[in-house]
Parts: sequence; structure tokens; C-alpha cells
Amino acid sequence: MPAIDRSRVEHVAGLARIALTEEELERFTGQLQVVLEAIEQLKDVDTSAVPPSASVLPLENVMREDEPRPSLPVEVVLAQAPDREGDLFRVQASLEERPDA
Amino acid sequence: MRELPRTITETAQRLRSRELSAVELADAFLDAASADPFNAWLHLAPGHARAQAALADAALRDGDAPVLTGVPWACKDIIGTKGIATTAASKILAGYTPAYSATVVTRLDAQGAVMLGKTNLDEFAMGSSNENSAFGPVRNPWDPTRVPGGSSGGSAAAVSAGQAVFGLGTDTGGSIRQPGALSGIVGMKPTYGRVPRYGVIAFASSLDQVGPLTTSVEDAAIVCEAIFGVDPHDATTIDRPIDVRRDLDAGVRGLRLGVPREYFTPKGVEPGVTSAIRAAIAQFEKLGAEIVDVSLPSTDKGLAVYYIVQPSEASANLARYDGVRYGLRVAGRDLVDTYRKTRGAGFGPEVKRRMILGTYALSAGYYDAYYVKAQKVRTIIKREFDAVFETVDALVTPTSPTVAFAIGAKTNDPLQMYLNDVFTLPVNIAGLPGLSMPCGLSEGLPVGLQLIANSYQERTLFRVAAAFERATEHHQLRPMKAAAA
Repeated sequence: MPAIDRSRVEHVAGLARIALTEEELERFTGQLQVVLEAIEQLKDVDTSAVPPSASVLPLENVMREDEPRPSLPVEVVLAQAPDREGDLFRVQASLEERPDA
Repeated sequence: MRELPRTITETAQRLRSRELSAVELADAFLDAASADPFNAWLHLAPGHARAQAALADAALRDGDAPVLTGVPWACKDIIGTKGIATTAASKILAGYTPAYSATVVTRLDAQGAVMLGKTNLDEFAMGSSNENSAFGPVRNPWDPTRVPGGSSGGSAAAVSAGQAVFGLGTDTGGSIRQPGALSGIVGMKPTYGRVPRYGVIAFASSLDQVGPLTTSVEDAAIVCEAIFGVDPHDATTIDRPIDVRRDLDAGVRGLRLGVPREYFTPKGVEPGVTSAIRAAIAQFEKLGAEIVDVSLPSTDKGLAVYYIVQPSEASANLARYDGVRYGLRVAGRDLVDTYRKTRGAGFGPEVKRRMILGTYALSAGYYDAYYVKAQKVRTIIKREFDAVFETVDALVTPTSPTVAFAIGAKTNDPLQMYLNDVFTLPVNIAGLPGLSMPCGLSEGLPVGLQLIANSYQERTLFRVAAAFERATEHHQLRPMKAAAA
């Protein structure tokens, strides 16, 4: 059985919020099956006594003083926005209005 | 003006002899870059470059200017530049102009270097052929029907073709060293934590590192000197000052160089590559190094680890492209549909594949089997390098299993494409410094020699590389096309 099938690719693309065409869905499923098959070989490695490494750095808890500093100029940053309203990024409503409000 | 300078050291000398001014030099390089036939550049910044050059001329007149003053360079377009478009070669960043520069850019600005413009790359640095750019592939100056390598293919091609004296790239699994190898120049990835990633568009944050592409080993050390060092804006930078140029003349006599046998056995390594590397190893022996056969048994697990860790981190990093604050927005019927449509239209196929792969590896029910497992094998790979560096000073390997391949040859087979990085990505997994340099030709195309040192041992890396460069003439070979242009 392949490690991933078309319906799972569709599901994961949904989790990642990426719209795929039918053609992409078909093609990526085949390609990802080949890649995942190559990745499966990790199963054979005995890692029972090995801790995971998220990073190779010998650092932890890098602290600095919590001091206010100037931030980026609002106008320069907002000039990048696809849509704005005053000093705000404008997006579609993500909550519905309550009828009794 | 006689031929344009090739190296930083030559440029610095000619600027100081008053043979040419920084403004003349910037204009000459801007002309060369404007006439570029390899699609190496995404956008040039002539006004910015001339202004920097004018400042450089003033600094040179005052004396005591740093060595990089007035030296024209090429910036990979994943490195943010204040007021100058930065696209990561992606349609999703259409129209984006950063409000601030990356620390590496401000450090080069402070040295008086002259940034000519932004170079092409695989979209978000995902690729090893530069064919994944939304703005078309880069062509190899040695043979324009072939790829220059990637993802820093634009910077590599620009430097190889003499359109910039040096370039900056980023290296997540080989993206500086592999295009360096395929384009016949020096490409260097520093130890993880040496170079601030602040202002560099994030790909896989535990692997990404900025580094130089140059035509000489000393030049690579000079650029490292300028960009190394702790940065309060990047908590993953390490405070360990180093005099990177100190041992350039020290030679390799008495050093122990390891040859890991696993880097010579996989099928798919071209015989011409192996023989060039064997000749380089013989050269090191002649120079007085002790050659030691070593083993890194989990080398063949590197690819699998990399293709879990890297897409996982990428899928988290690239979730920021939502069409809300900058870049492309494709409006959908609601906010979630806007995200979906924006990413569907804005990301190219390779980025989508890796987002899906990474999201899958991190999703409920698969996280332990893929992501945690890969992190454990990452520990094993790191420990194997640690053990080998108990007995040797540096490792000598091929950079890439092949020379530059034809454009289009691997685009439909992601796994074949991923195998290009099989010798470079273990270095990122372990966070080590690595350098690729020219060591001859195979089928008329450059072969890259990879040197790997232990963490923070860049001085040893440059020492070994400089010794090889001084004893050989491979670095003097130049692409025919560029020489004729």
C-alpha cells in the first residue's frame, strides 16, 4: 500500500490551506508516493536510545532586557498591504455577526 | 578599463591604485549584468549601486577603507533589502519591498561594498537546479543548455560569468556549495549560528545559513569576516569571535584529512567526478597531509532525515504567506478560501509539494513516525560526525554526484532532483561548516571538491582550501561563454 494516496494529499493540502487543481492533485500524489517510499527507510534505524535533535546549537534560553525600542514605521509597513483601512490590515470577516447584537 | 577584476583582493588593489574609481567599476559591472544572457538577475539596482559607489570613493579618498569598500556584489533575492524588491523568486511576494535590510546586508553596507542587485534562485530556495524560479531558469555560463545548480544559481552564475565580484547565497541543504561546484567557483556554508538570519526570508530555520560565492578562497574568508558574528536580532547566533583569515598560509602539512568511504560508493556518482576528487586527495597527500579512511555509516539516511525536517520547518515558515499583510492576494468567498486561492496561485509546484510533505509529516498520527524519528536520526548523524572529528581535522568529499546537468532533465522526478544534494545536506543536518571549490573538469564541466570541518573550525576549512588552491590551477579556469562575452 502506498504511504500516501490522493484523498490524503487532498486532506493535507486542506490543512495547509493550499488550493490544488485536479491535475496537481494527481501529479503530486504520484510524486509524493515516490519521495515517501525513500523516506520509509528511516524505520529500519534503531533509535530506541537516541534523543531527538531539534537544533544543533549549544544554546538554550537566550535572554535579553525587555526594553521598548522603535518599531518599523507604520506607513512603510502598511504600504505593503493588499488592502487596508486606516492603520489596519483589511480582511474578510471571519466571524459572523450575532443577529441580536 | 582593462578586463574587469575577478577577485575582491584584485578589486581592492586596483581601487587603491586609483586605476579606477568605485563609480566606474559599478557602472562597468552594471553594464555586464544588464547584458547577462543567463537570467542570473531578477532586478538590478543601478541607482542604489551608484550611490554606494560614490560613498565608497569618498571613503577610499579618506584612506583606511575596509577591503570590501567599492567591491560590487550580487545578492540572492531571498535576502531582504530595504527599499529594494525582494521576491524569493515567488509570485506570492509580487510587489513586496522590505521595510528593513537583513543584518548581512547592513554589515556589507558598513564595509562599503556595492550591491548591484538581486539574483535569481529556486523559489524560496527550494531546489538544486534553479529551475523552480517563478521567473525562469538560470543558465550555466559554462554551457547555457545546462543548469547552474541551485538554489543560489543566480549568484553563482553572476560570479562565474564575471558580472559581480562576489555573491551571497543561502544554504539549507547545499544551496551555496552545489551551485558553486556546478558553476566552477568557491561556495561556502558557515557553521550554523555564525551568520545572522535576521531579514533573510526563512525556509528551514534549523538548517538555513547565509554564505559567500567567490572566485577565490581568500575572498570567501574576507566575506565571512564581514558577515560573521552575533546579532541581537537573531537568538540563534553564536558569540565566538574568530580570525578567519589567520591560517590561510599555514599549509596542510601535519593535518589529518578524512575520506569518508560512503561518499564514493552510491550509484549515480559520475566516474569523472570520482576521479577528480581522487586526484585532489592525492594532491593533499603530496602537500604533506595525512589521508585517513573514515566511515560515516548513516550518510545514506541523510536524505530521508532532510526531506522530513526541511519540509516540516518550511511548512510552518511559509504559513505566513496569507495574502493579508504583503504580497499577492487572490480573494476567495471567505478568509480561508482567500488563503487557499492566494497560495494556490502564488506558490509554484515544488513549494506546494514541500508544504504538503511537511504538513503531512507534522500532522496528527504521523508526527512521531516521521518528524520525531527524523530528529532522532539527526542526532545519530551528528554523533557520527563528532566521532570522526575526534580523529581528523577536515573531511574531503565530492560536492555533488554529477557535473551540471541539462535543463529539464530532472524536473519531472523530484526524488532524482533531491539526490543532487546527497553529499551536501548531511553538513546542514549536523550544522557544520562546508566549502566547495573547483578541482578540475569532467566532460568539460567543473567538478566541486567539498571540504567539511568541525563546528566553528572555519579557520581549518579555509586553511585546507587555500593550500589546495595555491598548489593547483583549477580556480583559474573560466567559462568560455563568459570569457567571449
